Amino acid sequence: MEILGVGIQLLAMFTSFGLLIGILFGFFGMGGSFLVTPALLVMGYKPNVAVASGLAFVFGTSVIATLKHRDLGQVDYKLGVLMIAGTTGGIEVGKIGLEYLQHIGLAGTVVSIAYIGLLGAIGAFVTYTALKDGGGGISHDVEEGDEGADDIPPIAQKIQSYNIPPMISVRGGFTVSLWMVLAVAFATGLLSGFLGVGGGFIRMPALFYLVGVPVPVAVGTDLFEIVFSGGIGSFLYAQSGAVDLSIVVPLLAGSALGARIGAGATNLVDEDDIKVYFGVMLLLGAIAVAVREAGSYLGIEVFDLVSLAIIVGAALLVSAAVVVSSVRELRASSSSPEPSTAD
Amino acid sequence: MVSTILQLGLDSLSGNALAVAIIGLVLVEAIVLYFGYGLLESALGKRVIDFLRGI
Repeated sequence: MEILGVGIQLLAMFTSFGLLIGILFGFFGMGGSFLVTPALLVMGYKPNVAVASGLAFVFGTSVIATLKHRDLGQVDYKLGVLMIAGTTGGIEVGKIGLEYLQHIGLAGTVVSIAYIGLLGAIGAFVTYTALKDGGGGISHDVEEGDEGADDIPPIAQKIQSYNIPPMISVRGGFTVSLWMVLAVAFATGLLSGFLGVGGGFIRMPALFYLVGVPVPVAVGTDLFEIVFSGGIGSFLYAQSGAVDLSIVVPLLAGSALGARIGAGATNLVDEDDIKVYFGVMLLLGAIAVAVREAGSYLGIEVFDLVSLAIIVGAALLVSAAVVVSSVRELRASSSSPEPSTAD
Repeated sequence: MVSTILQLGLDSLSGNALAVAIIGLVLVEAIVLYFGYGLLESALGKRVIDFLRGI
């Protein structure tokens, strides 16, 4: 059976995968595209189709997320517009680089290796901080209203100390050089265009660690910016017909539902309890791409299947952890006695 | 993708027009899903929560 020329099994698979990613996105405030593009590569899609469809999915997901966060008032529009300008240039350069690598037949390998390094490094950092102090690193809860409560990281203090005019004021009560903001934006845009990711899991930490933007504002501004970077990136690829709607449409249908479940879970579960799973998931993503590349290098086809199983398994593991923890908290809250008001 | 584009009637488009049509479709889908699931949540959300609580 087919819908719009696409097999029902394929649609169901992408919708289910989107649901898993949506739960992660709603809970952690990150796009999850770092799972989509490797999965598509493992499934045998061409690198430009995998990257383009990943970007289009990120665009749709970020629209939904921005709609959900629009009333929180945690978006620095001036910073967002500057980030858009820098990111646009980065995406264009990243796209040119990817097309060149594809032309010389190295795109799949280079994109995969870049993924391994990036996912591995961020995964190791998140896992390390989570294990080190039981919840260090970055909190993505934007609803607590603790804007300004975070200490400015040392690197951000250093970057803020560079007085290269023009200086701009940023929500959070500090100024930073325009050129520093543009440099961070360009670098994340480069990765976005090259790897087919929205850049949320790179840019949001970059805004916090490098620019010193308070976490809630970093999340809100990042979401606002992803709408444009994802839209521009997917538009550029769509011009050559690389966006595969049979991938994007069901993924988005699943992720929109998953994002609501994940967002609801943030009110129930302490994110610190889950953070270590998230770091492990990123590490598993890096391992999955490494396994696929090893299989390709050694000519062992079954490695592709193993790689896909690791990616889906990682998303399933963390999504299930979020849902199970939420249900457990719900049941605990309904079975616990009502607090006394007598005193 | 070719079959999907044919089914959606986008096969006559190319370049910028194709890109606008594709991105527009994704945007419309995102907005419809946002409000659609929102209505679903307001209609069924409490029942689902009660079910999960075991009430």
